[in-house]
Amino acid sequence: MRIAVCVKQVPNTEARLRVSRDGKWVEEEDLPFVTNESDLYALEEGLSLAEKTGGEVVVFSLGPERVKEALRKALAVGAARAVHLNDPAFAGGDALATGRVLAAAVAREQFDLVLTGSQSDDVRWGGTGSVIAGHLGWPHVWLVMGVELEEGSRSLKVTREMESGVNEISRIALPAVLEIQAGINHPRYASLKGIMAAKKKEIANVGASDLGLDPGQVGAAGSRIEIVSVAFPDSGTGAQMIDGTPEAAAKTLVDRLQKEARVL
Amino acid sequence: MATVWVVLQLREGGQIPRISLEALGAAQKLAQTLGGKAEAVVLGSGVGPAAEEVAKNDLAAVHVADHEALRSYTPGAYLGALAPAIQAAKPDYVIFPHTYQSVDYVPRLAQAVNAGLITDATGFESADGGLLWKRPVLGGKLQARVRVKGEGTVFVSVQAGAFPADAVVKGNGGIKPLDVDLSGVKPDREVLGYEEVGGDQVDLTKADIILAVGRGVGGADKMGVINNLAQALGAEIGASRPVIDNGWLPRDRQIGSSGQTVAPKLYIAAGISGAIQHLVGMKASTTIVAINKDPGAPIFNVAHYGIVGDLHEVLPALTEAVKAAKG
Repeated sequence: MRIAVCVKQVPNTEARLRVSRDGKWVEEEDLPFVTNESDLYALEEGLSLAEKTGGEVVVFSLGPERVKEALRKALAVGAARAVHLNDPAFAGGDALATGRVLAAAVAREQFDLVLTGSQSDDVRWGGTGSVIAGHLGWPHVWLVMGVELEEGSRSLKVTREMESGVNEISRIALPAVLEIQAGINHPRYASLKGIMAAKKKEIANVGASDLGLDPGQVGAAGSRIEIVSVAFPDSGTGAQMIDGTPEAAAKTLVDRLQKEARVL
Repeated sequence: MATVWVVLQLREGGQIPRISLEALGAAQKLAQTLGGKAEAVVLGSGVGPAAEEVAKNDLAAVHVADHEALRSYTPGAYLGALAPAIQAAKPDYVIFPHTYQSVDYVPRLAQAVNAGLITDATGFESADGGLLWKRPVLGGKLQARVRVKGEGTVFVSVQAGAFPADAVVKGNGGIKPLDVDLSGVKPDREVLGYEEVGGDQVDLTKADIILAVGRGVGGADKMGVINNLAQALGAEIGASRPVIDNGWLPRDRQIGSSGQTVAPKLYIAAGISGAIQHLVGMKASTTIVAINKDPGAPIFNVAHYGIVGDLHEVLPALTEAVKAAKG
């Protein structure tokens, strides 16, 4: 089975974030970047399906030069090749513009399956994989919590998470796009051998013209939605922060829960 | 005149869940702001009574797509019903409740009809040059304001709790059947069945006090501090998703959009950063206490009391303080 896995590099949201000077995003200089969490699970799912079927994984990522690090990490855990969608025209795209680029890149090869994470932790549109599927005309499932290969490898039994602890089980014919939820598997770590091997693997650079896409259709220019500003929410509207040693803070908290909130 | 549609998600039996009423309220408010009209869409099979119920609200129309193939949700049939209707009527906005079902098909519908897409919106405000929509970004630590460029329909899914359901304005909407032709739709997903994953051994919705634990606890072998405090408080133990996924607690303890939705009088979140999927399951609690090492954790934005610190130091101290207070 030939599998494309799309990963995104995102700021580590546990790092200290500062709003950039223009107010439109966070300051990215000195900010640690990581591979988006659910994309790591998508990659693991792809690698394990490729192993079971004697296939291979090609990893795709859209973003600036730093994205090569995320691709290199994917190669180190077992992806065969990487495609870096590396063009300033791709920057600032919404889910529809970014999905258009990824779909065009995936369509240049023959794949049985495209895997993405269910949502990026930075912009959180949650729809890029579905948009890819729409462009390719393939079925898709979002928030996938289980994938089972069926007899003959022409279809998959897919578990989709719904609300309130219920899952939908469905059969999906290949080729298809699955958007993988974090927690579906246990992503592997790179071995030293894998890291060394990754250095020799190919990372192809692909731009808008390689895909036959007009720069006006992609990135910020091709997007209907634009982020105007970001801001920290009014931190703890009404929240009281309690300082002091753990013992002192605990005592103060219990006191307030008894006398102020009257819930103890 | 601006036209705002809202696509309502119904329960299996045709009841209208709260989040659909919230979306209806959002559509009415948006229509009022834009000086336009709100119209609802109801999809399903045998949904006449539900449509009658929806029509008791202040709506210019209730469009009803009633078709056997819409009895159970599949994205193919939903797209087949909605895409032609949206392309014909060209509403300015289509509002959806932000549910796991709508996120499954709405982006694909947006791609199909070339609509703009804003997911998980928590509100909007008028500004120079149009509306700004608010939505959480960067793990919920920051709030973004986004605007729409260009011409054409825009889809917005609204987060649970973002618009009040009781603000829905009553009135009288006329029912209009939608022509639904699904003959050209090829099945995209063969639904084989549904499975309960949580089990329902533990009903957290009845608890007065919940002590919820997150990834910050660090492992199944480190739950002692949690158990001790829960015992001192007489609290039920809940958890955020990573704790469940790691197998540190059983799935029936999960709180959040894929677990239980709770509103106890006291909710203590220990080592929980506050992903949106968790917050929607607990933010209606009467009093919320957050204990987290990261002062920037989004959980502090919904908490009433906060302590920045390691739960392995704070919880034992809290256990002692609770015991002392209770005598």
